[in-house]
Amino acid sequence: MADTGLTVVLAEDAVLLRAGLAELLGHFGHRVVAAVSDARALIDAVEEHRPDVVVTDVRMPPGYSDEGLRATMTLLNRHPGLNVLVLSQYVATAYALELLDSERHEASGGLGYLLKDRVGAVADFVDAVERIAAGDTVIDPEVVRHLLRRERAAEPLQRLTAREREVLALMAEGRTNAAIASELFVSEAAVAKNIGSIFTKLRLCAPQGNRRVLAVLAYLRGGAA
Amino acid sequence: MAAASPTNPWQAMATRPWRFLASGWPWRSLAYLAAGVLVVVPPLALLRAAAVAGGGGAYVAGAAAVLVFCLVAAVPLAALERRRLKLVDRAALLLPPRHPSAPKGLRRLRARLAEPATWREFGYAVLFVTVLAPGSAVIVLFAFGLLLAPVGPVLVLALDTGDLLGEGGPDGGALGVVLAVCCWLVLLPLTAYLVAGFAAAQAALARLLLAPAAATLATRMREVTRSRARLVDAFEIERSRIERDLHDGAQQRLVALTMTLGLAELKLAGAEGDVPSLVTRARTEAEAVLGELRELIRGIHPRVLTDRGIEAAVLELTDRCPIPVRVGIRLPQRPAHAVEAVTYFAVSEALANVVKHSGASRAEVTGHQAGTGLVVTITDDGKGGAAPETGTGLQGLADRVAAVCGTLSLSSPPGGPTVLRLELPWRTPD
Repeated sequence: MADTGLTVVLAEDAVLLRAGLAELLGHFGHRVVAAVSDARALIDAVEEHRPDVVVTDVRMPPGYSDEGLRATMTLLNRHPGLNVLVLSQYVATAYALELLDSERHEASGGLGYLLKDRVGAVADFVDAVERIAAGDTVIDPEVVRHLLRRERAAEPLQRLTAREREVLALMAEGRTNAAIASELFVSEAAVAKNIGSIFTKLRLCAPQGNRRVLAVLAYLRGGAA
Repeated sequence: MAAASPTNPWQAMATRPWRFLASGWPWRSLAYLAAGVLVVVPPLALLRAAAVAGGGGAYVAGAAAVLVFCLVAAVPLAALERRRLKLVDRAALLLPPRHPSAPKGLRRLRARLAEPATWREFGYAVLFVTVLAPGSAVIVLFAFGLLLAPVGPVLVLALDTGDLLGEGGPDGGALGVVLAVCCWLVLLPLTAYLVAGFAAAQAALARLLLAPAAATLATRMREVTRSRARLVDAFEIERSRIERDLHDGAQQRLVALTMTLGLAELKLAGAEGDVPSLVTRARTEAEAVLGELRELIRGIHPRVLTDRGIEAAVLELTDRCPIPVRVGIRLPQRPAHAVEAVTYFAVSEALANVVKHSGASRAEVTGHQAGTGLVVTITDDGKGGAAPETGTGLQGLADRVAAVCGTLSLSSPPGGPTVLRLELPWRTPD
């Protein structure tokens, strides 16, 4: 909760959820400057308000397909530094990966893909929004679990210890060393050691901060390692 | 010849004589002919009575009446004849040859009259009443007479009295008896052949005139194929609708519920008593339900399939597979929705089988364009020996694939590898 008072553009077609999300963000001192219910309105609202962060549903009118995601792509093309959290009802690794693809371009902002289920754990959810606003990448643990199962990753991942795999998963979700340490009840030093070992075993160079998450995700999905 | 049992009197007569005579075919043939006579006796008796009452010119009137009878009775007679045909033709095709969706009332009659099938049935009726039925009657009477011939003398011998037959009783001497018995024994098998032959000829004629013409069958087949494809399409649309309804309804409401509970948790933070922990429990429960609902919806119709096509959806599938699966699907275009759905569910079922039965350590799914359609294969390195008969899943899979005019083939030698191959068209027939 480093900086409070973020400006947020919210796109969600279900009235109940839209109101709930606005209330929730308001409770933490953030301001929803526009709450819209379809993709076109989302693009217009972003152009108008230039918010700190965009929170959008994948599936919206008129087609109820992936309009939210496509609008996000359009926006990211126009404003590479935009911070966006995409909410989805589906684990849909494909959507998450498309979102990350846009992240490969330079000068990108924070990016997140979370299941809608996560809004119930209110504090964690708002924390994720804040981290994305600060430029971090946040990927749903369920999506990371799927990525870890991909055939591309199967062989090298077997070289990792069980603990190293846990650390890798949390890294891929976008957690910091401190967060990983508290999640696994170990010291930060131990986490740092694990991470070093992971990068060596996977033959990855070890960038810092957000780049690290992207490197791990790129590796898992079989892209540039 | 011993392997396949005959399906009609022709085939039966072509077997060894004793086989034919000992079989049920002579009797079936006799029953067939007798049934034909029975069919035509009541209306003919009526006609005859009418002719007698009519007096002069009765036979002209009678002939006209027969024609009218044939016209009126042609269609029901044909229906009856198709059933009767079953007695001597096990492979009889019993579909009525007409278009099933004709209109009602007078227009239906007009439609029927325009169909060649109706006129063929009329032709058959005339032939039946004038030639086949009388011919059958003669042969049936002769056959019954021959069968019952020994009964008279046996009765006489049994009762030991010549009185019943009068003075000219059986006193031709022993030679006469032997001759009579010999004649009878020779005539009996000949009659069996006569009966079967006439029955076979009549059945062949009935089949020729009453069975649907090949062209009609082909049209019917095309209709069936199309309607099946339409059913599959409708089924897919319905699944999509259910998926959307659940997504927009129950799922959204559950998300809203978990969020409300989350907010309640927030406001209760630090409160006394067990209320905060109860609310947390309620929220966790709601999240678990949400997770289950998501899985359910995915099973009904995965959204990614609709939005991104087969490759993305299959990749999602393999994410859930406990063994590593290599996916190489390269399709130049997206197939029709129904074909995509069938492909997806086939791969899903196949991978489930691989995990459950094969003991494989890895699998591979490939897909590419081939000829005028696409080919998808699912290969595993398991122990093989899979057979369609052993699993109902595989049969269900084959049915689904066949419904979009695709084919499914399985190669699974003992020791593996198992390869399931789907060949599908890009579109369903329309």
